[in-house]
Amino acid sequence: MSITVRVPTPLQKLTQNQGEVKVSGANIKELIEDLEKKFPGIKGRICDEKGKVRRFINIYVNEEDIRFLQMDDTPLKDGDEVSIIPAIAGGR
Amino acid sequence: MKLREDQIERYSRQIILPEVGGKGQGKLLNARVLIIGAGGLGSPAALYLASAGIGKIGIVDSDKVELNNLQRQILHATKDVGRPKVDSAKDRLNGINQDVEIIPYNIRLTSKNILDIIKKYGIIVDGSDNFPTRYLVNDACVLSKKPLSHGGIFRFDGQAITIIPGESACYRCLFPEPPPPGLVPSCQEAGILGAVAGVIGTVQANEVLKYILGMGDLLAGKLLVFNALDSSFRQVKVPKDPKCPVCGENPTVTKLIDYEEFCSLRQRKEE
Repeated sequence: MSITVRVPTPLQKLTQNQGEVKVSGANIKELIEDLEKKFPGIKGRICDEKGKVRRFINIYVNEEDIRFLQMDDTPLKDGDEVSIIPAIAGGR
Repeated sequence: MKLREDQIERYSRQIILPEVGGKGQGKLLNARVLIIGAGGLGSPAALYLASAGIGKIGIVDSDKVELNNLQRQILHATKDVGRPKVDSAKDRLNGINQDVEIIPYNIRLTSKNILDIIKKYGIIVDGSDNFPTRYLVNDACVLSKKPLSHGGIFRFDGQAITIIPGESACYRCLFPEPPPPGLVPSCQEAGILGAVAGVIGTVQANEVLKYILGMGDLLAGKLLVFNALDSSFRQVKVPKDPKCPVCGENPTVTKLIDYEEFCSLRQRKEE
């Protein structure tokens, strides 16, 4: 099972500058664990101490925000595209 | 609204579009747009909106032009270094188009002054550069029911969303709260290519034009995500959140909040 994850610029230091990585997992929770295994440190950037996805970071399965699906229990299937999208504030 | 000869000539390339026409041009000339920030996003947005003949453009910025701004803030010129950005912006925009009345606000937006300013405008463009201002602007626009074009950039990433209060998701539906201080890379670590700001600021100008002209589909209920490194544009869905702290069913944000500024570089400069 292969899921494509789109990684935003601020986290690419942890993915050897890759904007797109392939991982696996039957749901978002497993996907984050697999991400952490391959790119140690990334989970702490995405999740808080309790393991919940941080409030200023959203995770999308294809076009859908997991907050409106089943949060980190949202199931994944082969070929899904997951995007990690943080709030960004720059403008000047 | 009767267009003058020179206006028909000036705006001929957009009047010729069936979706615009003389009637649409009249709407643009009667429109009032507020641009927050005369920087990387505000510059291209203001240039296109003034060129298109928006009747009244308010510009809010409390900074002076610095040499390191000119790489991306295309409203300003080398001779403007040291001048208030709003003055430089006014001269540049009126140099392009005298039809446009530019209202400069050389101030920092706060919970005390924002409502009075935005009430004079039909649509707001957020081109600010920090989370406290972005949440303040979102909340003020939701509470006053003003449409808002939001744009943000960080290194090679850009985002844009259009917020129609009461109809589509607001910025807090997307991200309920600003990140706590220290958890996002500070502005010292960030950098930006001018063209990335240009892409998003131009998308914002286009959203404003579509809104005023009533054409096409706005980026309402969807977030446009631009990546400059692979030149990709993606859209994700942004539903209205019933639990949204400002526009949800039981709002907890009922008055404006001045969040603390947490960019340490900026604080040092202002001290």
